[in-house]
Amino acid sequence: MSTATAVGPAKALTRYRLFWPAVVLAALLLANLAFTPDFLAVHVQGGHLYGSLIDILHFGAPLILVSLGMTLVIATGGIDLSVGSTVAIAGALACLHISKAADPGSLGTVLTAVGIALGTALALGLVNGVLVARIGVQPIIATLILMVAGRGVAQLITDGQIITVTSAPYQLIGGGYWLTAPFAILLSALVVLATALLTRSTALGLLLESVGGNPVASRLVGIRAMRLVALGYVFCALCAALAGLMISSNVSAADGNNAGLWIELDAILAVVLGGTSLGGGRFSIGGTVLGALIIQTLSTTVYTIGIPPETTLVFKAFVVIVVCLVQSPVFRAKLAARGIRARRTTRPQAVAPTKREVGA
Amino acid sequence: MPQQPVLQVRGIRKEFPGVVALDGVDFRLFPGEVHALMGENGAGKSTLIKVLTGVHPADGGEVVLAGQPVWIAGPLQAQQAGISTVYQEVNLCPNLSVAENIFIGREPRRFGMIDWAAVRRRAAELVRELELDIDVHVPLHSCSIAVQQLVAIVRAVSVNAKVLILDEPTSSLDRDEVGQLFAVMRRLRDQGVAILFVSHFLDQIYEICDRMTVLRGGRLEGEYRTEELNQVELVSQMIGAELAGLDELGGGARRERTAPARGTAFLQADGLTRRGAVEPYDLVIERGEVIGLAGLLGSGRTEAARLLFGADQSDGGTLRIEGVETTLRGPRDAIARGIAFCSENRKTEGLVGELTVRENIVLALQAARGWTRPLSRTVQDDYALRWIRALDIRPGNPEALVRNLSGGNQQKVLLARWLITDPKLLILDEPTRGIDIGAKAEIQRLVAGLAEDGMAVLFISAELEEVLRLSHRVGVLRDHRLVAQLENDGGLTQERVMATIASGAEQ
Repeated sequence: MSTATAVGPAKALTRYRLFWPAVVLAALLLANLAFTPDFLAVHVQGGHLYGSLIDILHFGAPLILVSLGMTLVIATGGIDLSVGSTVAIAGALACLHISKAADPGSLGTVLTAVGIALGTALALGLVNGVLVARIGVQPIIATLILMVAGRGVAQLITDGQIITVTSAPYQLIGGGYWLTAPFAILLSALVVLATALLTRSTALGLLLESVGGNPVASRLVGIRAMRLVALGYVFCALCAALAGLMISSNVSAADGNNAGLWIELDAILAVVLGGTSLGGGRFSIGGTVLGALIIQTLSTTVYTIGIPPETTLVFKAFVVIVVCLVQSPVFRAKLAARGIRARRTTRPQAVAPTKREVGA
Repeated sequence: MPQQPVLQVRGIRKEFPGVVALDGVDFRLFPGEVHALMGENGAGKSTLIKVLTGVHPADGGEVVLAGQPVWIAGPLQAQQAGISTVYQEVNLCPNLSVAENIFIGREPRRFGMIDWAAVRRRAAELVRELELDIDVHVPLHSCSIAVQQLVAIVRAVSVNAKVLILDEPTSSLDRDEVGQLFAVMRRLRDQGVAILFVSHFLDQIYEICDRMTVLRGGRLEGEYRTEELNQVELVSQMIGAELAGLDELGGGARRERTAPARGTAFLQADGLTRRGAVEPYDLVIERGEVIGLAGLLGSGRTEAARLLFGADQSDGGTLRIEGVETTLRGPRDAIARGIAFCSENRKTEGLVGELTVRENIVLALQAARGWTRPLSRTVQDDYALRWIRALDIRPGNPEALVRNLSGGNQQKVLLARWLITDPKLLILDEPTRGIDIGAKAEIQRLVAGLAEDGMAVLFISAELEEVLRLSHRVGVLRDHRLVAQLENDGGLTQERVMATIASGAEQ
C-alpha cells in the first residue's frame, strides 16, 4: 500500500484542503508588502478600523456572499449565471422603494426595502430552481435566461437612470460601521458562519454533495434531489440579493446597468480557486471565502501597485493562471519530478541510495 | 468451405488499461451468409466490431479483406474498404429527408452543385431494389424507428458494402418490424453481402443466422453452423460452464437452507410490466425467501427488479406490498416500504465515489430521515465501524474515499448502506460480479444469513452456480419474459435452468 503511515507534519499540512488557497492568498498579500510597506497595517481612527486588509474584506464582502451561494449551486452540479442580474435587481428595488418613501431615513422603510429585495430574489431563485430541477433545463441555459432578462428588468426598475438615495440606516448595510468594523464584513461573516453551520451540522451538506457527486445514485437512495437543487438556487439568489443591497448601499445608489456586472464570473472563479469542483460534489465554504479574498486582493493589488488600467485584465488573467497551476496536484507533481531530475543530473554523486518502496 | 472468406481476422488482440478485451481472436465471414457474433457482455463483441470498423486500432493480429491484409485506420477507411455498420441507435440526421440521409456526404453532383433530382431518384431506386415501401421525400423523424433502421441499412449497403455489420438492430423493434428487417437481410444475403449480426435474442439468431462465432472473456470459444449447436449448448458456451460436470457441482456445493415461512408474502406482483423493458410477470416473494433471477444479460432481469423498487415506473399490472396494493412513484416510496436495491452498476448507480466510506454507508438512512434530522457523527461512526468490521471492508478506514476501494469492498459498502436501513426486501443485482472469490463467499454467506433472519431477498446473478446455491426458487427470464419459476428443492440443476433459458419453457 502506498498510503503513507508516517507523514511529517509539513506534508500533512499540504494535504489539508485549504492549504494551497491559503498559501496563494498569503503570497499575494506579502507581494503587496514589497510595493506598500504598511500594507498589512491596521489602525483605528475615529473609532473605525482602517487599512488595506480591512478594505479587502469590506469590498470583498459582496463577492464572498455571491460566491457562497454559487458554492452550493455548483455542489449540486449546476451553475448560476444570473447572480449579477439578481444583484442589480435587488439594489434597484430597494433604492426605488426608499427613494419613493415619505421618510427615507426611517428604519421601517429600509427594512421594507430589504424585505422586497429578498422576497423578489427568493422568487427569482425559485424560477431558476424549477427550471433546472423540475423541468430539467441545463443550468447554464436556465440561468442565462435570467442573466440577460434580469439585467433588463433592473434597468426597467431604475428607468435607465441611477437612483440615488439618502438614508442612514440603508447606508449602514454596505458603507457603515458597527463595533468599529465595517458592517458589511460582519454581515458577510455572519452569513458565512450560518451557512457553514447549516450545511455541516445538518445533513444538508452531505445530501447536496451526494446529489452533485452522483445524481443517479442519489435518486436510487431516495434523496429528494429536486428539492435540494431548487433550494440551492433559492439560497444563491438570496445571497446575491444581499450582495446587491451591500453594493448599492455602499454608494447610496442603484445602477441597473453596472451593479454586479460580471460578478458571476468572479464568483465561479472564487469557488473553483477554493477547491470545489465545477463537476459538482464535494464543496468547501472555507475554500470559497479564501477564493473570493484572493480575487479581491488581486483587484486591490492592481490599484496599489499602479498597474496601468489597460493591462489590468491581462495581469489578472495571468495571476489566475498561475494560481490555478500552483493548486493543481498534477502540475506540482510534474514540477517536483523535473526539479529532482535537474538536481540529479547536476550532482549525481550527491544522490543517496534511494530506498525502494515495497508495494503490498 | 469452398469459398474464400470475404473478411478474415487472425489472432486479433486488443488491450485497454487493465483489461485484455480481445485475446487472439480468429473470425471468418463468408459472402452471402448471416453470421451471429455471440457472447455475454464483456465477452469482446463490441470491441471486435469496433476493431473491424476502425474505431479502435488493434494491438495485434491481422485483418484480411477479400484476400488482402488491410489496416483499418478509421471508420471512413472501413467504409471505403466495404465494411458498413448500422448501430443500435440510428445515427442519421432526423431533420433531413430519407433521400438526403441516404446520400449525405456523397451527394451526386452536377456542375459542382448537388443534383437534388438525382439524389431523390437514386434513393428511390435503392429503396425499391430492397423491395421496401418508403417515401424518400419525407423527413426521417417522421418515420418509425424500424424504418429509420432500414434507411440506415439502405445507406450502408448503397456504398457497395461487402460486409454489413448490424449491432443490436432489433432491440427496439416489434415482431412485425423484425420480420421486415429479416426480409431485407435475406435479400442482401442472396445478393452476396456478408452480414454480421449481433442480438441478445436467441430466437432471432436461430431464425436468421447461418453460422455463429461465440466469444467469452475476450477469447474465441468456437465457430459453428447454426444447426450444429442447439440453444442449450450455445448458452453454456456463452456462460462458460461445462454441462458434463454440472450436476454434482450444483448438488454438492449447495448449503442447507431453512425453508421460508410460507404464506407470509411480503410482495406480490401481478402482471407487472413496462413496455420495452419487461413483459407482464407474476411474482410472489415471501419473507425469509431468497428468489434467484436467472437469464442471459439483457433478458430483463434488472428491468423486472427495477419495477419492484420504483426505479422505473410500471405501465401495467398491480403490486401488493404486505397485502396492500401500492403504486411506487419512485425509489423513495419503495424505501419507505422497506425495500432496498443494490444496483449492478456500483459506480454509476450505487456509490458516490468522492464521498467517504462512512458517508456512503449512512446515505440511504440519512436520505430517509431528511436533511433536518441528521445522524450525529457518533452514530455515523458507529454504523460505519460496525459494518466495516462485520463485512471486513478494507481498508478499514471510514474516512477513505469510496472510489479508491476495490470492487469487492465497494460492493460491501453498498450492502452496508442498505442493511442499516433494516429492509424487509433486499434486491441484489449482480452483487458478486467482478469481485474476488473471498468477498464473493462472504456476500453469499451474508445473504443466506439474512434470509434465515426473515429478510426476503431477490438475488440476480449471471452465475447460475451461486443462484442455485442461495435461492429457494429461481425465476428464469428470457427475451424480457419471466418464462418459468423453478422450485429449488435440491433436484434443480444448472442444466435444467440452462435448458429453460434456452427453450423458454419450464424443463
